Amino acid sequence: MLAVDLPYWAQSLLRVLGGTVAVLLPAGTIVYLFLFKMMSFMQSRLGPMEAGPYGSMQLFAEVGKWLQKEDIYPERADKRIFKMAPLVVLVSTFLLVAVVPFGPEAWFTNFEAGIFYALAVGSVSVLGILMAGWSSANKYSLLGGLRAAGQLIAYELPMVLAVVGVVIQAGTMNMQGIVFQQNAGEIFGWDGLGNPFVLTQFVGFLIFMIAVQAELTQAPFDMPIAESELVSGYMTEYSGFRFLIFFIAEFATAGVFALIASVLFLGGWGIPFSWFGWDTLDDVDGWMNVVGPVIMITKMIALTFIMMWVRFSYPRFREDQLQKFAWKVLIPVALINIMFTAILKVVF
Amino acid sequence: MTDLLDRQKLSYIAAQAADARLNVELETEGMTLNIGPQHPATHGTLRIIVRLDGEQVVWAEPSAGYMHRGYEKLTEVRTFPQVTTLVNRIDWLGSFANEVPFILAAEKLMEIEAPPRAQWIRTILFELSRIANVSLFLGDLGVQMGAITPVFLAFRDREYVLNLIESATGGRFHPNFDRIGGLKDDLPKGWIDETRQVMKKLRNFCDEIEDLLFGNEIFQSRTRGIGVIPREVALQYGLSGANLRASGVDWDLRRDQSLPLAYDQIDWKVWTHPDGDSFARCWMRLQETREATLIVDRLLDGIPSGPIMAKVPRIIKVPEGEAWVSTENPLGEMGYYVVSKGDLGPFRVKIRSASFNNISIVPWVLRGVYVPDVITILASLYFILGDIDR
Repeated sequence: MLAVDLPYWAQSLLRVLGGTVAVLLPAGTIVYLFLFKMMSFMQSRLGPMEAGPYGSMQLFAEVGKWLQKEDIYPERADKRIFKMAPLVVLVSTFLLVAVVPFGPEAWFTNFEAGIFYALAVGSVSVLGILMAGWSSANKYSLLGGLRAAGQLIAYELPMVLAVVGVVIQAGTMNMQGIVFQQNAGEIFGWDGLGNPFVLTQFVGFLIFMIAVQAELTQAPFDMPIAESELVSGYMTEYSGFRFLIFFIAEFATAGVFALIASVLFLGGWGIPFSWFGWDTLDDVDGWMNVVGPVIMITKMIALTFIMMWVRFSYPRFREDQLQKFAWKVLIPVALINIMFTAILKVVF
Repeated sequence: MTDLLDRQKLSYIAAQAADARLNVELETEGMTLNIGPQHPATHGTLRIIVRLDGEQVVWAEPSAGYMHRGYEKLTEVRTFPQVTTLVNRIDWLGSFANEVPFILAAEKLMEIEAPPRAQWIRTILFELSRIANVSLFLGDLGVQMGAITPVFLAFRDREYVLNLIESATGGRFHPNFDRIGGLKDDLPKGWIDETRQVMKKLRNFCDEIEDLLFGNEIFQSRTRGIGVIPREVALQYGLSGANLRASGVDWDLRRDQSLPLAYDQIDWKVWTHPDGDSFARCWMRLQETREATLIVDRLLDGIPSGPIMAKVPRIIKVPEGEAWVSTENPLGEMGYYVVSKGDLGPFRVKIRSASFNNISIVPWVLRGVYVPDVITILASLYFILGDIDR
């Protein structure tokens, strides 16, 4: 549904291109801004400075290096599965980004159970990780893969439960609907800010962000790749462009989860509708299709900043502590949050 | 003591039996995992063979020797002044500390004593090498547990100490500065003031690490109650240094023996910790780094003037005899048993290095822990491969 009438093939092409950009751009931004630069500044060093101004071309140098490498695999590995695994992980990222809306008409797909779909396809990456861990024929990979599977399944639950609060409050599972509810909403009759759900669902927001951190296997939840004990976990045997795909998938998924979090809790692409006197989604002006993605990327950067900040300064949990944290803390708190949301929904 | 060991054995057997019942149902089987020789957590080429049941260690055995360089044998074909070049490379992070006990042993055989100023400067450099060594441990601790930032802070601040060592001795890592009867040179101009400032920076670094790492709940839950070494077991296995003091044994060679070093001239404190777990060992080292900066400050205040070299013959021949001198090195007790037959070089040197004895407890302490704890326990025991393999 674009403003200009385009033939179906052109629309499809645009969407494929847009999807690729929506996956690769966050990945590149996160890697350069945070992994290269912010981490370096936190650790009193400069980071890459040679390739391009302030090392901004370093990313291309790295990608070039990885692409040149020989495609090797262990002799005893299950070769077909071994080669497929990184692709499966990356596919889950592409499937995820498909439901994220970037503007009133700038979306890839817009179906009713959007957030339900996102949570479902988000766990496809577990399959890829298990495949990688098992097929590598390496004990470290196996341990890493099993740890990852246990962890991702444990943290899927609090994530879903945290989203339930939002869904109850918004009354819809459609991502556009959730954005609309936040920007057209009001806080006790004052509509100057809309009603971003982070204000009412701050418990859900916290749980969601913690679960995302665990889903991405980032510190303090990076037990599956724990480089000081498992060398690199399920990625131990990968090199060259297959490792590159894992690497892109890791940071692209971080970006996409941050996008989803900003849709669910921070008002997504919208600005409070009362500022321009919009009442429904159809009223929203066309220029929001351009401004919307910019707003989304800004929110994504803010959220990933927090994720990376935690990642660079925390030591990691042990596997059993991590499981305990999910089952004994996050899930009960998320359930209580749902209960209160439901009660308040009925009251107001 | 036997009581305690029996209790531990029984609880261990009970845990194994419980696991075995579970295993019959799940039909799991054990797995042998080689940690090392090439592994990021072994600081070099230590190999630890562990037998796992799931993620639990059933049996562990360190296998050292991948980096054996034969220093004990090499000393036999060197003259006495040349040996310090070799022993520098034993514990490469705190090199100067390796030279001191050897030189003291040679001096003991020759019955000469370094002038007071040389003794004080020796002690200062000894403590500086302790700071350089242990501050890197404090940073590396974070890496072992997945926090990547502390290690860079450690490298940043260790650099100041290495600069000091370099400006005094000419070598960053391997000073080779200690001589029989004194030191090679006096301190350069302005060194004392600069050292005071650097010690302030190092104390700030210790505070920073304490905030960033030791105050962190995850760090505490990863180290508290993990890898407990009771007092008796620590004594039995011959642990030394911070590992022993973390088990509550108040034993420090700097205080407990009288060597021609300046430790008895100033006030300082020997820290101990009653717990004996990984946290205690890490905390001990943090406190010792702090204490070392204070020791350096106090030594700088009272440093005497005078010559830095005693009267020593031009060609050093050590009279016939045997001597044993050990000091409290950054890693623990380090000693040399020197046998001389009156020649230019030693007839035989036995090196007692701290890490070799400290890792002998690994099979005992790793039994029954989880794989992630293997790494924290190894990190908290703190060994340096050169110090194990010599």
